Amino acid sequence: MTEPLVRPKRKNPLQRTRRPLSPQGIRSRTAHGLTAAAAEGRFALQVCEDCKTVIYPPRDCCPSCLSARLPFRDVSRGGALLAETTVHTSPEPYFRERMPWRVGTVKLDAGPVMVAHLHGDTREGDRVRLELKLDKSGSAVAIALPEQDTPNMADDPHLREMTCDPKFRRVLITDGRTPVGQAMAKAFADAGAAIVFVGVADAWKPFPGLDALRKIAPVEIVPLDVTDTESVTEQAEQNGARIDIVVNTAEHVRSGGIVDRHGLTVVREQIDVRYLGLVRLAQAFGPILRARGADGVNSAAAFVNLLSVHALMNWPAYGSYSAAEAACLSAAHCMRAELRPGGVKVMNVFFGPLETEWFQTVPPPKVAPAALARGVVRGLQQGVEDVFVGDIAEDIRARLAVNPKALEREMATS
Amino acid sequence: MSVDVLSFARAIANGQIRVIDLTQTLSQDFPTIVLAPELGQCAPFRIEEVSRYDERGPAWYWNNISLGEHTGTHFDAPIHWISGKDLPNNAVDTIDVRKFIAPAVVIDCSNECAADPDFALTIPFVEAWEARHGKIEPGHWVLLRTDWSKQSFADYANLRDDGAHTPGPEPAVVKWLVEQRDVHGFGTETIGTDFGQGHHFNPPFPAHFYMHGKGRFGLQCLTNLDLLPPKGAVIIAAPLKIKQGSGSPLRVLALVS
Amino acid sequence: MAAGAKRKSYDGVVACLPVTIPYRRYSTNSAQWWLGRALRELCKRAKLHAADIDGLAVSSFTLGPDTAVGLTQHFGVSPRWLDHIPFGGASGIVALRRAARAVQSGDAEIVACIAGDTNHVDSFRKTLSTFSRFAQDAVYPYGSGGANASFALITKNYMNLYGAKREDFAKICIAQRDNALSIPHAMMKKKLTLDDYMTARPIADPIHLFDCVMPCAGAEGLLVCREDAAKALRLPYARILSTIERHNAYPSDPIQVRGGWAVDISDLWSMAGIKPDAVDFVQTYDDYPVIVMMQFEDLGFCKKGEGPDFVRSHTFTNDGSFPNNTSGGQLSVGQAGAGGGLLGLVEAVRQLTQQPLGSAVPDARNGVVSGFGMINYDRGLASGAAILARA
Repeated sequence: MTEPLVRPKRKNPLQRTRRPLSPQGIRSRTAHGLTAAAAEGRFALQVCEDCKTVIYPPRDCCPSCLSARLPFRDVSRGGALLAETTVHTSPEPYFRERMPWRVGTVKLDAGPVMVAHLHGDTREGDRVRLELKLDKSGSAVAIALPEQDTPNMADDPHLREMTCDPKFRRVLITDGRTPVGQAMAKAFADAGAAIVFVGVADAWKPFPGLDALRKIAPVEIVPLDVTDTESVTEQAEQNGARIDIVVNTAEHVRSGGIVDRHGLTVVREQIDVRYLGLVRLAQAFGPILRARGADGVNSAAAFVNLLSVHALMNWPAYGSYSAAEAACLSAAHCMRAELRPGGVKVMNVFFGPLETEWFQTVPPPKVAPAALARGVVRGLQQGVEDVFVGDIAEDIRARLAVNPKALEREMATS
Repeated sequence: MSVDVLSFARAIANGQIRVIDLTQTLSQDFPTIVLAPELGQCAPFRIEEVSRYDERGPAWYWNNISLGEHTGTHFDAPIHWISGKDLPNNAVDTIDVRKFIAPAVVIDCSNECAADPDFALTIPFVEAWEARHGKIEPGHWVLLRTDWSKQSFADYANLRDDGAHTPGPEPAVVKWLVEQRDVHGFGTETIGTDFGQGHHFNPPFPAHFYMHGKGRFGLQCLTNLDLLPPKGAVIIAAPLKIKQGSGSPLRVLALVS
Repeated sequence: MAAGAKRKSYDGVVACLPVTIPYRRYSTNSAQWWLGRALRELCKRAKLHAADIDGLAVSSFTLGPDTAVGLTQHFGVSPRWLDHIPFGGASGIVALRRAARAVQSGDAEIVACIAGDTNHVDSFRKTLSTFSRFAQDAVYPYGSGGANASFALITKNYMNLYGAKREDFAKICIAQRDNALSIPHAMMKKKLTLDDYMTARPIADPIHLFDCVMPCAGAEGLLVCREDAAKALRLPYARILSTIERHNAYPSDPIQVRGGWAVDISDLWSMAGIKPDAVDFVQTYDDYPVIVMMQFEDLGFCKKGEGPDFVRSHTFTNDGSFPNNTSGGQLSVGQAGAGGGLLGLVEAVRQLTQQPLGSAVPDARNGVVSGFGMINYDRGLASGAAILARA
């Protein structure tokens, strides 16, 4: 039975903060096919195109027929736990300070044998359910979970190490003015966050929803303007050491392209709010998040970017918006590498048009703010890196995978 | 009568002439004018450190700033409004520089505004003021003292569901000040020279429409007007020399003997 | 599985001149240094110049970035036959097989087989973390317990399937330690009791401290040549009766319960022309004791699953009913990296030429040497065995 997590006591200010360590993250290029699957919460192994054998560990030649056509495909997650061991000593500092650590051999229904981390509720001889997760090194590992969910399953220490579960963590929602920001605050409160800081810029400008925000118990409203370096720096100085998850809800959505737009002020605002805002947050909060990646139950865990799926493929009807989102996407990739030494994940959540005022003329399907918020929370609970919320986002992703050029043409006429 | 500028400078240095700063500090949290979201907006004041005695510049501290022509305490030139767009010398870089130094009258309606944020200045109110203090002479700034600058930023902006509720002049009094009193310009403590709900007037935004239409100027986001006498102050308000600028933030100083 | 064409016998090819460079727990010297010591000792004892040795087989984990080729220039030798054999605990048997055929065919006259490694304070961790692509991708990230964790899973599974108990493994380890008490360079110098074994600290359940070899620095070596060459050099020698080798056997066994020997074992005995009960000693690969038990089964001394009973009904000291690892095995003397793959062969030649470093197996006429190693992912891939006989 997994011991439920207890809300951590206040941190002893005189105690040294444990420095983050990382398990070995080096993988062969082919093995990063598992990383791609884990980043999205999929369970995929190589399946030989020629003889259909499911293959593990990842490799470049089929052990049944020597074919080199070995793409990764989703396969069944079920298996049997044949043998387990509890490791008590390791020369690797990351595991050494986390002993004892259970691993086991699983015979997958899909065929191969997998060495996997074991959730505490698995027993030798039981059936298990495999997941691929990104460990603190950012590379994929397999973890065997009990076949059915068990109480407090997410609180298992092995599993929590691979996820960014908001439970008992302190979250910063960077902009609470908008329906998305407010839905986000509620979703994190519901997910068990200890504190939900909600940033509001220009307090002199009233906005709807403020009263409802104040009524959410863990919410603390703080001044934060992502377009103002001093504001962002000050907030990080005051609260940075007790913020474990940053969710950047600052948005700037305007229809219109680039050639047919008159002037630069809107575009400059977009870049300032979205890209420079992200850079400000990264510079102010990044270092402290990275330093606190191993700081106990409520360690720093994630930086969440809400990105239009059109960061991946420009939608000319919202063309300058798409370009600003693309700038944020590239910055997020950089941040991912920079925060990884602290074991802090950068999660990108992609969505199509939202049910919000600046997408008013866009026909459905659109994503409701509450649905987006749920997608964010779920992604953190699973510890994934790339989340696609809603039909449009899934559609764009699927088309990109097949023929980006065709998608480029299609976006220009939609 | 000959006038000695050196004596003037001495009088400033020894306090015989008092210098009062009517300017708000340029800072990020100072409210700016808010327009409908689909329109272009005035840039707020932002400041980015370039270096601060560090690896970016070892012995110096300096910043890059960004702001709009109408951010914070600022000057409006006639070219700012459609009614003044074709007047000669109507931009900040072409206005005759003598016009940057002018006397001012200060009309106090602070009590009325404390009771009612939608206080509108009318001709009768100004005539009542003139009865006490004398007629407004030509070439004077008319500064509207509302004590609005003493409030919290939220109350200062006073934004509600239907926009801002802040004091300002009715159309008739602006037309009258320009045509009957030949004023130099209109200055306020509020964001904008116009009444908060001025978009409902006819013409909308009459302070801008009539003043700039006749080549007069605007000053807004002023402070410390309560330190000025009703008559007798001289205002120095020299905007930046921006190429075809519609206005600029500036240091507004009042000289009082 | 019977061989196809009849395999050529090893008549006229012999192994001689067993050399051990005494082990040290840690060494700041390089693997090149340790291997150089072994080669020098071989030359000195054979009264040969390095130039007289025209074949060289090298095994080492810590030689990088060099391989055997780099050593030729490093040592100043110009062999006409060279092999680098990175098969861990099977390296010795494989080197013997390669060298024997080279000598038989005339490709080389005298082959030096040397194996050894240094052990720096971080050698263990560095070797583990870069051991193989599959280990990097699919094992090391899972607790980084190294071979200890991999063999723990194999041991657990074997215990579940065949009823082996920790006490059975203890018996193997205790007997080996007894055999090592007379070996001067053994890392483990004290007698091992059952209580010591059972209460030792856990490494990765069910493996505890005394199931694990101690990594150290050291080197082993011997010569392979024709019988007449050994006689001319006045070197006592052992004859080679048979050998087998098999890699990645039984890939569809979910967890390893048998090694490659089981595939070709009848070949080993039929080529040697003797039966298992005629053998005077075995040198089994003992990293970990569960593999010793598997070798008892797979080398043909008992059936699969009968390992525990076999252990309970035999004694394994040099004066016992089934002498196993007569100088203590790696569990007692230490594992000098790839040297562990040659140590069994070197000890077998010592026993068969009546020049043991420690206690002798009485009247040793023949013995089986078995090698195993290379946990590429979840099982030992390499295996080999040889039967040697007194001259």
